[in-house]
Amino acid sequence: MTQSANAVSHASLTNNTMIGSPDVVAFTKEDEYGQTSPEPWDLPEEFSVPLHPLADSNPWAKTSYAKFTKDFILISEFSEQVGPQPLLTIPDEPKICGTFDLNYFSLRIMSVDYQASFVGHPPGSGYPRLSFVEDSRVVLGDSKEGAFAYVHHFTLYDLEARGFVRPFCMAYIAADEKKIMLQFQELSLRFSQASECLKAGNRRAFAKELQRKLQDLEYTHSVLQREEGLQREAGPQCVYSAHAVEKANELANVEKSIYEHRDLLKQICSYHRRPRRDPQAVACRRCMTECLSECEELLDKYAKLAEPVSHSEKGGKGEGGEGWLDDSRGEEEEDEDGVKRRPSYTPQLIKAKSAKCFDKRLKILPELCEGTFYEAAVELLKETERSFRGDLCYLHTRRLDKALRKNLRVVNFLFEEELDDNAEDESGTLRPFCAVNHSVDNHVHLNSPHIVLGPDTTQLHPSKPQDPLNVASETSTTRQSELGLGESQLESSPSDQTLETQESSEETKGSFSSDKSGLELAEKRESMASMISEGPDPDSDLTPEPDQNTDAGRESSSEDVETTAGEEDDGDHERDQTPVSLLEVASELDDCDSLNESKLLPPIDAACCMPQEHFLHEASAPDTMSSVQQNSHPKPSQILVVNQEPQALLPVQGEYTVGSPCSESPPTSLELPVGLLGDVASQTSVEEGSDCTLSASTGSDRAASPLGYGGTVTLRERKKAGQGALRFVRQYPFAMQALWCLLRGRTLVVIGSDEGRVRRLVLALALFVPSPGKCGERVQAWLSCPLTLTDLLRWKLIGLQRVGSPVGSSLLYSLSRYSRYISILDVDMKTLRCPPYSGRLLANIADHRTYIRRGSTFFLHIQSTLCRLAARAFLFTFTHHLHLPVSPVEGQEVVESRRRSFLQEQLGLDKGDSQVLLYLSQLITQQYLWPANRSSFSFDYTTSVLYKI
Amino acid sequence: ITVKVPGLILQDQGKSPVLCIGEEQPKNCFTELQVLKGHFDIVRFLVQIDDFRCASAGDDGLVLIWNIETGERLQELRGHSQQITAITTFVCRSDVTAHPSLITASSDRTLSLWDPDTANRIQTISDLQSSVKCLLVLERLSLWVSGGEELCVWNKDFQLQCHRQQHSDTGITALIELPKNCLAAAMDKEIVIHRLTLSTDSSVSVSEIHRLSEHQDQIRALISVNDGLFASGSHAGELILWDSISWTTQATMHILWEESQASTQTEIRLGAQKPSEMSIQHLSTNGKVRSAEAVGSGLYVYNVVSRTVVAYRKAAHDSNVLHTTLLSDSEVMSCSEDGSVRMWEIQDLPLPAEPASAGFFGMWTFGRSSKQSGPQSKKVVDIPNLRTLELTGDLIGHSGAVQMFISFKEKGLVTCSTDHLLILWKNGDTQSRLRSLALFHKLEENGGL
Repeated sequence: MTQSANAVSHASLTNNTMIGSPDVVAFTKEDEYGQTSPEPWDLPEEFSVPLHPLADSNPWAKTSYAKFTKDFILISEFSEQVGPQPLLTIPDEPKICGTFDLNYFSLRIMSVDYQASFVGHPPGSGYPRLSFVEDSRVVLGDSKEGAFAYVHHFTLYDLEARGFVRPFCMAYIAADEKKIMLQFQELSLRFSQASECLKAGNRRAFAKELQRKLQDLEYTHSVLQREEGLQREAGPQCVYSAHAVEKANELANVEKSIYEHRDLLKQICSYHRRPRRDPQAVACRRCMTECLSECEELLDKYAKLAEPVSHSEKGGKGEGGEGWLDDSRGEEEEDEDGVKRRPSYTPQLIKAKSAKCFDKRLKILPELCEGTFYEAAVELLKETERSFRGDLCYLHTRRLDKALRKNLRVVNFLFEEELDDNAEDESGTLRPFCAVNHSVDNHVHLNSPHIVLGPDTTQLHPSKPQDPLNVASETSTTRQSELGLGESQLESSPSDQTLETQESSEETKGSFSSDKSGLELAEKRESMASMISEGPDPDSDLTPEPDQNTDAGRESSSEDVETTAGEEDDGDHERDQTPVSLLEVASELDDCDSLNESKLLPPIDAACCMPQEHFLHEASAPDTMSSVQQNSHPKPSQILVVNQEPQALLPVQGEYTVGSPCSESPPTSLELPVGLLGDVASQTSVEEGSDCTLSASTGSDRAASPLGYGGTVTLRERKKAGQGALRFVRQYPFAMQALWCLLRGRTLVVIGSDEGRVRRLVLALALFVPSPGKCGERVQAWLSCPLTLTDLLRWKLIGLQRVGSPVGSSLLYSLSRYSRYISILDVDMKTLRCPPYSGRLLANIADHRTYIRRGSTFFLHIQSTLCRLAARAFLFTFTHHLHLPVSPVEGQEVVESRRRSFLQEQLGLDKGDSQVLLYLSQLITQQYLWPANRSSFSFDYTTSVLYKI
Repeated sequence: ITVKVPGLILQDQGKSPVLCIGEEQPKNCFTELQVLKGHFDIVRFLVQIDDFRCASAGDDGLVLIWNIETGERLQELRGHSQQITAITTFVCRSDVTAHPSLITASSDRTLSLWDPDTANRIQTISDLQSSVKCLLVLERLSLWVSGGEELCVWNKDFQLQCHRQQHSDTGITALIELPKNCLAAAMDKEIVIHRLTLSTDSSVSVSEIHRLSEHQDQIRALISVNDGLFASGSHAGELILWDSISWTTQATMHILWEESQASTQTEIRLGAQKPSEMSIQHLSTNGKVRSAEAVGSGLYVYNVVSRTVVAYRKAAHDSNVLHTTLLSDSEVMSCSEDGSVRMWEIQDLPLPAEPASAGFFGMWTFGRSSKQSGPQSKKVVDIPNLRTLELTGDLIGHSGAVQMFISFKEKGLVTCSTDHLLILWKNGDTQSRLRSLALFHKLEENGGL
């Protein structure tokens, strides 16, 4: 007992990780800054792409033996009556966990029972104390089950529980250990939010419970007092009778109990003032202050209760035999049930002695935390589960991509999907989760980050991490790789992972940064070992027997950690291996696509369909790979703008796929018909209140026509569009001119009588519309009324229905009227009317005789070209002397000629290509100056030519 | 809201080939446009407030103030319940600074004074007998005049100084200021000259002193050319140039069409064509030498000094020209019901003369006795110094008649139209230079990207 108490007190000192179970893997966090100075021109290692894919890079090889099909969240409780028991899983479907034994696993995770905490009176204090235990976070693995888990322990207060605390834990269970290790920070953050939410609700509930209890006690007290008085009146002879003594004792007990509970109330009030050691424990301030004031009110109210007389009058009103009746009803039915029935609480008589712990019904989780808080927390966890769907390489690339694109906000609106708004939150400000939506002034700056792999957003050259964030992330990476190395050993030993306390993590940290003396290390290890060998909490006899080999395994693996940690300093090269291998996997577009698909379609299981997809599309992989590699060798001298190129391919995977998690409305089938997509799009547009709704509702005709290209476009659609674009390029010899019109901002009208054909073509050509808008606002897939000027201002690509008279004639009239602003692609006649294009740039992407056969390849090809173009446009836009005179005597003509020569000689662009660049530059300028889209429409007066096949 | 002139006006004239410049317009510098939305009905009036602001008013009773540099809508002057019939700027020079304000008149029989900076309705007069059709500000006297069925003179504090009932069906349709405190008011076929008398106690009285009734038809346009001359144009295509002081006719010109072959003309064929096609819709002057006039769908440039037509296009637009401006000595701009704005350059006639035979115009020198007698008119087909109006560019954007435009010189051009829109036309190169300037300014402010 003393041992464990020691351990616990120790644990509460070290706030992050706890001891207690053999199977726990420590997660270490490094607070120091990296010592190496960053090389500004180096690509950060995380972003580099491997030259040769690693031999054993099949990410599914290891997870095959997992008994569940995808990751889930498990909430379990260490019940004082029945021991560890699972409470619920998220998602709440029985098939999620398959044959996976939840009971067994919750036993395992709860066996890390760090909060065996004190029960009863700690020495030196008269009243029972509430233990304020910070949450603990551990990573735990079970190789036999093929399960790894991030386990988040927390305690909730319950007046009827032993020591007033009920230990709970939430676990994120995945088959991939790396995933957990690498996402530790974010998992920890998210679970902390959920935990804070639950705890906030719990404190309120607990305070209420205390209040009721106090009322009960006072009532009982007054009743007892009156009885005593009656007895005293009855005669002095019976003063010392056994009955009287018993009554007196009872009264004393009740009084003591009142004091105890009042003290508890005081303690729960002081909860908020207690400094939090847990950096991730951020609670909503408003909630906190509200709760605090509530508690203080209560406290004030019950401070006066010492005078039982006043209360006895109050409580003794209609008492009579009722109190006794209540009493006789039994203690099991205590206040909680009664309270639920009645809105205003009438105090009940209780017995001083509490019931046996196995008799009573323990409160369930929603009761423990108030309903709204519980629901909010569950919602939060659901959201967490959603955002962690997909395997590590997918998450990794998505994050990389996001981080990179954050650095390129100036240009990436041109051809890439915009970052969702909540990306803001992830960049350092943490919005404490609030169940009651006190969201306004709630931003708290958090120095502990949660993007594990992403580079710092504000850093332009995130090659070497500069802040704790990146150090932490790097550490996690290294640990991850190091664990990967030690895998053979791990497999040989039956236990999966090592456990480390905060201390041991400090050790490791020490060995990372500065070389601590080995002696110290050894000592610490010994002490740790001794603590561990103490085994599970002796208090709970329900703790399961750990694996027989745990001790040995634990020791050996902790040994592993030590040694690998020692090697870590000079093993820098290992660091890039992990992300590299991930990237390499991720670069296989098709796999990723299926991943995305799986992300969008919850019923379809990622782990299941991934391998199949993988093999199915393997033939295409070399193609993609080669294009990746082509672009993956940036010259060291290249400046950042141009360094975009390797990245240019990566975003392709993540960015068009998932979009913002909030707008993600899962479609129901794999094959998305256009109409359905349109619905989805309009839904999202309504949510966002964007232009889409406007454009959709301008006319009945337009409202009826689904956008087709709207909402967040999945990669699958983009690829399909790539296929369409490829077909277009191969089919029409004048494709180059059409694409040129789009790229230079001249509205292209695709006119045809077949809706499907026009729509498909518009969808394909939409790939080339610069700055198409968040949900394709600049593209109108199908329109059947005459064009107006506002249409031209709004849309850069329009699908137009060819109709018979009389509408048709006015439609044609509008076309001829605005012919100077538009290019007209006639699908039926197969003609194109537009200005002639002179340039070489587009010959590359609109090659009539291209060898590219696959849509996805072509899509990537387009993307790379467009990204290069965007980079050039960036350079052009932000080069001062190309736009403004260098000296006051310089005239505008000089600037103009300088600009022309820059475009022609430096960038090697012909007139037509220059126009493209100028248009892109104009878009960049406008975006930079007025992000809220001030629409002006520029054009020039040139003659159009009619192209025919 | 009913759309009064919906859609496009498609006029197939058939007889005369419509000018078409094509898409190649190297002299057209308006390569950028911005659409200003805000009105709910036909926008009829545009007024320039200062260097960068203009006000637009229309049938929806709204007056909107725009920043033409940015295209922002600065203010919305709400108050009139019916269409605006007249709008003018009024500069309050009470202090050292001149503060511009706006006077509006509406069909709801109210007059309002607005502060365009705050959108405050400073003054309002609502108990008018009839709606005001035109406004004239006499800055010199710090007075302003409203014309409708009655002529009212107001001071700058919106106090009625005097008024005069006009006994006419149409009322006053146009007002101009003449020297010696005189006013010319166009009423139906007559021009009535009024004189304002300012007595010592600063009270004002107005009296009719003369009537000019040379016009055969309703007067459509009345402008003052310079201090000595003013001009009026009628529905029948008569242009009369008047002396501002003696109110005598200086020149009369009658614009005619030749429908059939142009060999045996000389008689006036009033009935042979649609009246609107010869009606003088708008007159404008650059104050010095020339005045441009819009006649039907044609465009004439008249030299006031030599009393000759310098250049003309009889089919300048597909439809009636509604507004013209002489931008410089050689540049003319016109807008029309066909929804386009055209820019013209007065060029010397190339040697093979422009097919001018299709039209001719009769001309009478002053001192004529009977202008009705057609045969007296002299054929002026072969004027040696006749030059040509060459189309240099057109602006297409509006889907309804372009009611009016205002040029802000190099800052751009604002057009308003029956399609409820205003369009701001700008020089794309200038704008992109300005944007670059703003970009680097912001870059500097932000200290980098």
